[in-house]
Amino acid sequence: MTTQPVRFYQVGSFAVGNRLLPDDDRTVQSDQNRTNSLDSGHRACQGCGEALGARYALDAAMRATGGRLVAVNATGCLEVFSTPYPETSWRIPWLHSLFGNAPAVATGVAAAMKVKGKGDVRVVAQAGDGGTVDIGFGCLSGMFERNDDVLFICYDNQAYMNTGVQRSGATPPAARTATTEAVGPEPGNVFGQGKDLPRLAMAHDIRYVATATVADLHDLEEKVERAMQLHGARYLHILVPCPLGWGSAPNDTILVARLAKETGLFPVFEAEYGKVTAVSPIRHRTPVEDYLSIQRRYAHLFGEHSRTDIIARIQAIADQNIATYGLIDDEADSRGQKEVTA
Amino acid sequence: MLRQIEGSRAVAETVARCRPEVVCAYPISPQTHIIEAIGAMVKAGTLSPCEFINVESEFAAMSVSIGASAAGARAFTATASQGLLFMIEAVYNAAGLGLPIVMTLANRAIGAPINIWNDHSDAMAVRDSGWIQLFAETNQEAADLHVQAFRLAEELSVPVMVCMDGFILTHAVEGVDVPEQSDVDAFLPPYEPRQVLDPDDPVSIGAMVGPEAFEEVRYLAHLRHLDALERIPSLAAAFAEAFGRQSGGLVRPYRTEDAETIVVALGSVLGTIKDAVDGRRDAGERVGVVGITSFRPFPLDAVRDALSGARRVVVVEKAFSVGFGGVLSTDVAMATHDAGCSLRTVVAGLGGRAITRRSLEEMLAAASRDELDSVTFLDLDHGIIERERARMGATRRSGPSAENVLRDLGTVASWIG
Ligand SMILES: Cc1ncc(C[n+]2csc(CCOP(=O)(O)OP(=O)(O)O)c2C)c(N)n1
Ligand code: SF4
Ligand SMILES: [Mg+2]
Repeated sequence: MTTQPVRFYQVGSFAVGNRLLPDDDRTVQSDQNRTNSLDSGHRACQGCGEALGARYALDAAMRATGGRLVAVNATGCLEVFSTPYPETSWRIPWLHSLFGNAPAVATGVAAAMKVKGKGDVRVVAQAGDGGTVDIGFGCLSGMFERNDDVLFICYDNQAYMNTGVQRSGATPPAARTATTEAVGPEPGNVFGQGKDLPRLAMAHDIRYVATATVADLHDLEEKVERAMQLHGARYLHILVPCPLGWGSAPNDTILVARLAKETGLFPVFEAEYGKVTAVSPIRHRTPVEDYLSIQRRYAHLFGEHSRTDIIARIQAIADQNIATYGLIDDEADSRGQKEVTA
Repeated sequence: MLRQIEGSRAVAETVARCRPEVVCAYPISPQTHIIEAIGAMVKAGTLSPCEFINVESEFAAMSVSIGASAAGARAFTATASQGLLFMIEAVYNAAGLGLPIVMTLANRAIGAPINIWNDHSDAMAVRDSGWIQLFAETNQEAADLHVQAFRLAEELSVPVMVCMDGFILTHAVEGVDVPEQSDVDAFLPPYEPRQVLDPDDPVSIGAMVGPEAFEEVRYLAHLRHLDALERIPSLAAAFAEAFGRQSGGLVRPYRTEDAETIVVALGSVLGTIKDAVDGRRDAGERVGVVGITSFRPFPLDAVRDALSGARRVVVVEKAFSVGFGGVLSTDVAMATHDAGCSLRTVVAGLGGRAITRRSLEEMLAAASRDELDSVTFLDLDHGIIERERARMGATRRSGPSAENVLRDLGTVASWIG
């Protein structure tokens, strides 16, 4: 008898179809009783990947903790668009203090819960890439090093969006920002700079580090759930396209995020105690042009004076990631996860 | 019970008896002995339950305190000088959020030139942050003020900074009656937050506020400080009743009854000033002194009343506003602007320079003769200043002033007298 293997990635978007899954495996987002931790009515731009990522992550964390959750937020788009006084989109206890101190504030919340005998209340801290890799890094590294019981989530939109799209330490090479303009012989952000925060987090040997994108909801939710099952310092780095800063169409947010992964530019993986334990393999290897050309922040690489040399350098980065993390593998399991034997 | 004990130790033991639940530690002289002692108590289990957190910076120390306080825990930390400046963004934030954190400030100068000794530049740098700032005159008062600080902070939802002179108080060993646990428990009820991060009753704290309401929110903070002006004296009275000694309050006059000249100052230098006042009284001059315990909120009415009979007011300050003059003096001037007295500023004791009784008496004698300049730098070595000014005039690349002055002095070890 011939058998046909079940493929979850059947729809054109490669998203896992919820309908094919048993109830228990369906996403938190598909649950009518999800918390809507970040509720509608906020002021994010259309198609904002950060708003999406925050709701996905926090709803998953709420389910994982049975609703016993506190969120600490750094200054940035997420904070500004969610709480224009006197309104708030947060349905969970939420605290914003400063731009660079969210990890430390979260440490304080966790310490208070412990000392108050409310150890069941868990703490998530969240920030944009600027609040994570640049101004908040001192506090983040301290929180990691002390192994405080905090899940820190970075919503990486690769620039300081709230202040008008300036370069951060997470801005990729050649990307145009307001402080790396697309002018001169080397337009956009320089090559060879920037921080790889997931790897820096791993270097602290913390319990759990993972990356995810808003394109793969199942994967993102599973990583949040896994993180909330563990204690100590944990780090989740979510790629969240920003239509305004990237110059992508609002209805392409998921597509752009998926291409970041499928090109190899954004490796999706998990690590425990500093060792990579699983990677999400590339399903359809895609040239970086496909990803770059739909974002106006790379417009200077295309058209009349196209810069194939720069595109080639970006392709080389993707290829290097693919080799480093082993992102291409036919033996990936049906869920798209490849286990790495450490 | 009176014990011979270091000031820092007395404060640490007192703070422990206030049952702080989260204590952050980051070292900076002269605050170190306070947090070290508390850390040892937590480690030994004598202070429990308490989370003692060794953070990576003062910015984190205040930030952890913010999170802990917002989650309903009694939070304490201590710092000084550069440390206070390093955390300043979070210092303002704690006050803006109305979180009743208590912090010891072991007053120390601010560099450059780097200097670990005492003055009040650090406290003045956060004068407008929204923290209540209480100045201790003695180690007994430093200890007692912490008990009052927690209660004041928590009643009003305002953070309180207890300022004690670095080294002069923190490292001085003298007799202190450390408040007993049972007395502290009776005086200081458990912390009942006005706002708290609680999954059973979720609130958003720290929202963005635009022009439509910012002024109102700030004014409410001001009103809480005005409330503190009422509460500080009544708490001091309640404290006196419970503990049998006077500590705290707004202002403390000494021999001001018929005084023509009244000195105003903050902190431990008041002891020396009182001796100088006694000396001038013996010489027949009618002088007195008013110590200000509550620098923020500033007790305009109490200061005005305390200075009401004076013809001359001399403000002795361990800090100054570069390019202007006195800091405390401007506040005192606000209190006395229509009182018809003259006001003089004496900047003294910067970077640990000893303020001697003799210098103070000479200054007071000059004041009584109306010969004091509007701003005087006590014991300033004019020769050094002139030589450095000459060097700067003679050549463009005259080099760093601090090093030039030290070379000129020819001393290697620190000279503070
Ligand atoms: C100490 C401090 N410096 C600068 C700012 C201004 N600022 C506010 S939000 C922001 C950008 C945030 O960027 P990121 O963390 O990447 O978050 P995003 O807005 O992109 O989501 C900046 C620079 C600030 N609020 N505080
Ligand atoms: S600027 Fe970008 S991150 Fe900010 S709200 Fe708009 S889409 Fe979202
Ligand atoms: Mg960003």
